[in-house]
This record gives sequence, C-alpha cells and structure tokens, in this order.
Amino acid sequence: MSRADLIDDLLAGRAKYSSIFNYPTLNWADIGAVGWLVDGAAIVNQVALQRTSYGPYARAMVRICKEESFHARQGYDIMMKMSFGTEAQKAMAQDALNRLWWPALMMFGPPEAESVHSAQSMAWKIKIMSNDEGRQKFVDQTIPQIEYLGLDVPDKEAKLNKKTGHYEYSDPDWSEFFDVLKGNGPCNVDRMAARNKAHDDGAWFREGLLAHAEKQQIAAE
Amino acid sequence: MAKDWPLWEIFIRGQYGLSHRHVGSLHAPDAEMAVLNARDVYTRRNEGMSIWVVKSADITATAPDRKGPMFDPSNDKTYRHPTFFDIPDEVGSM
Repeated sequence: MSRADLIDDLLAGRAKYSSIFNYPTLNWADIGAVGWLVDGAAIVNQVALQRTSYGPYARAMVRICKEESFHARQGYDIMMKMSFGTEAQKAMAQDALNRLWWPALMMFGPPEAESVHSAQSMAWKIKIMSNDEGRQKFVDQTIPQIEYLGLDVPDKEAKLNKKTGHYEYSDPDWSEFFDVLKGNGPCNVDRMAARNKAHDDGAWFREGLLAHAEKQQIAAE
Repeated sequence: MAKDWPLWEIFIRGQYGLSHRHVGSLHAPDAEMAVLNARDVYTRRNEGMSIWVVKSADITATAPDRKGPMFDPSNDKTYRHPTFFDIPDEVGSM
C-alpha cells in the first residue's frame, strides 16, 4: 500500500486517526493546556513506543519525543504565566484545565477490558504499556504539576494513595470517548474538512514538483 | 489516485571521522528536495554535517529468505578470527 493510498484513506474517513484530539481550543489558555496535557499525555505513550517491536515507528519516536517535549514545556510555560498572572488569567487557566483534563485522560484509550486491539498488540510487543498503566503514569506526574500552578485538580475524587504511591482518579465519560472516536467529536467535521482543503489546494504544487523532476531527468538523459 | 513521490534513503554523517549512517527514509520529488527534506527531518538539532540521499529503488539488497545461503558459509570459518595464536602474557594485549 502506497503512502498516497494511506493519505486517501485518511482524508476519505476510512482510516482511523487520533480523533480524540478533536476538542475546540477557545482561547490562549487552551493553547497552554493542550500543549501541557494533551502533548504531555502523548509523550507518556511515545516514550514507551521508542521500544516498540515495529522498527520504523520506534526509530521515528526518538525524534517525535523531542518535538512533543517541546510542546509540553511550552504549554506548561504558558500555564505558569497565566496561573501566576492576574485573577482573570488564573481563572482562564483553571477553565482550560477543567475542560481538557478529561480528554487528556481519554488519550490513553479505553480501560484495558474494553480495548479491542490491546491484547494482540501487547503480545506482539507493538504496544508495551497498557492504556491504564499509561493513564496512571500521566495522572501521577500531572497532579503535582497542577498543584504547583496553584490550580484545582478538576477531578474532585483524585487523591494520593500513600500505600501505593499512586493517585486514585475518576474515569472520564467513556460513552463520550467512543462517540468522539466514531467521528462525532466537537471538531471532527471541521478538522477533516480543513485537512481535505489543504490537501486539495496543495495538489497542483506536489504534482508540479514531480513534473519538474521528471523533466530534469529527461533533459539529463 | 495521486502518484507517490519516490522514496529516498537518508544517510547522515554526525561529525568528521565518522561514516555516514542510515537514519531513515522519506518521500521527495527529486534528489535536491530529498536533501532539503532530510535536512528538516533528520538534522533539526545539530545531528549532522553531511547528508547523502539515495533513491531506495537504486539499492540492491540481500533477500531476507536467502539469509542462510548468504551468511552461513562464514559461520564455520572460525579461523578467520585471530584467536588461535598463543601470545605470552608477558607481551600484554595485542
């Protein structure tokens, strides 16, 4: 299967993509919260995936982790500026955190028991960390970061279990998760339309580059 | 159906004295663009000082299912390792 086929499948809605990203960003605080939480969640998965048995993915992950780490730090920097800024800024930061906390937890996929491909992927070592392990790791590293900002943890039930050293936390709304995954998220349609437009608008340029390369080739022969 | 740009294999030299190492592949319409794309993808953080690009189609590779006939013959030629000469301890490592 060629790359063009894969992109066609994606643009036509036949292929799955990380549609759990499809939540709206309303203001500047959201830019901080997305970078910090969503990319922070992505890193937890991606660090583990550097050891995936699928070589091309493992190799690419090394560079991807460096990029994602950039986003997470930039996001947290924005959150710090806002949390330590005026009351209005702090309220915006809290609001962004409240809305994006749950989607960030969903990033790790459904609980193990409901995950369709997990067992097979773990057996083949394509996947090396379960959804729940990743989520726990994310919660454990993020709650102290929230506390540093002086913001409230959106999950009122979240608390540190002194025995295990891990935070106990509430589940996000999994029915919402499966709905977003099916393409019914708040931004799925918009984002797919934007991808299609960019792809269509750039077609003449991609074809032009190839036509130019072929012409040079003929001239050289 | 869109036509794929050809695939290029990318080799980067990290510093003088080292050989170019294969780091991955990418699609590009021609060699010049492959070099530019490789610069952007593979040397974002000072990883390289020289780039080679080679069209993947131009590489001749050994076939995985011919691994045995290809490489087994060297297995029983242990005499190719210089471990059969006794060098006295007094001489030190050689």
